[in-house]
Amino acid sequence: MKVRVNSHWPPGHIRTPAYLRGKQGEIEREIGLFNNPEQNAYRLASEQRALVRVRFTMAEVWGDAAETPDDVIEAEIYTHWLEPV
Amino acid sequence: MPHDHQNDEPLSSSGHPYRADNDTTLSYWQVMEIAVRELLIEKGHISASQVHEQINRMDARSPANGASIVARAWTDPQFKAALLTNASQTSQDMGFDIGPMHLIALENTEKVHNVIVCTLCSCYPRNLLGLPPDWYKSRAYRSRTVVEPRKVLSEFGLEFNQKIQIRVHDSTADMRYIVIPYQPAESEGLSETELAKWITRDSMIGVGLPRAPA
Repeated sequence: MKVRVNSHWPPGHIRTPAYLRGKQGEIEREIGLFNNPEQNAYRLASEQRALVRVRFTMAEVWGDAAETPDDVIEAEIYTHWLEPV
Repeated sequence: MPHDHQNDEPLSSSGHPYRADNDTTLSYWQVMEIAVRELLIEKGHISASQVHEQINRMDARSPANGASIVARAWTDPQFKAALLTNASQTSQDMGFDIGPMHLIALENTEKVHNVIVCTLCSCYPRNLLGLPPDWYKSRAYRSRTVVEPRKVLSEFGLEFNQKIQIRVHDSTADMRYIVIPYQPAESEGLSETELAKWITRDSMIGVGLPRAPA
């Protein structure tokens, strides 16, 4: 499934790396439910959120500056940061 | 890059910088740790020897744990399949206490080479590989590996042609990763115990290859 990472820049403890925000990738696998780190980091009652691994091509992430366009980066992203493409 | 030191540091005879004496005052959190630890001990919840034992237990974890898992994966296809499907459960079934760690195993093949990084901090599968090497926590490794992995790998002595896909895994959240390196042809047929000696820490991070024991 193709997804895009939200390009949001809220303050706080965010586990979505800045270099992947706004980038499009493909869900590689679903991992399961985890406490939302954005609340958990502050000892707030946290909701369970679904975590998935998303695969991005170097071409998508770095554009023309990609070292090898077909190499990939895979990262864990919470689904509330993702929207379907 | 794996072995950079600052140029202005005084070096020991082995060419390594001396570690500075810790003459600075304690930080806020160091004072907090001491206060909480002493309170717990005074109130009889834990003992000083229990704290020390736990530190020793953490220090005793080494890449040998990961190596025995990889060696089993190399010799037992069913085990490897289980490991690739659910590495946490499979490692636990093998008797490894991986604690609350959620593990994913990544297989290197003729066409794919995996390498692990944590760009946000320095997440590392300590239960299987012990303490992370200093370079793993450096800003250079953490930032460059996602931008120019082939260049970084070449600095570790690894060159891959363009037919091999490099997959960089950024440990951004709750998972930890271990690479199952591609088994060298020369090691085929060896026992699991013999094979474990081929599997280096770096090969399980993805910045090295297995090699015959010295």
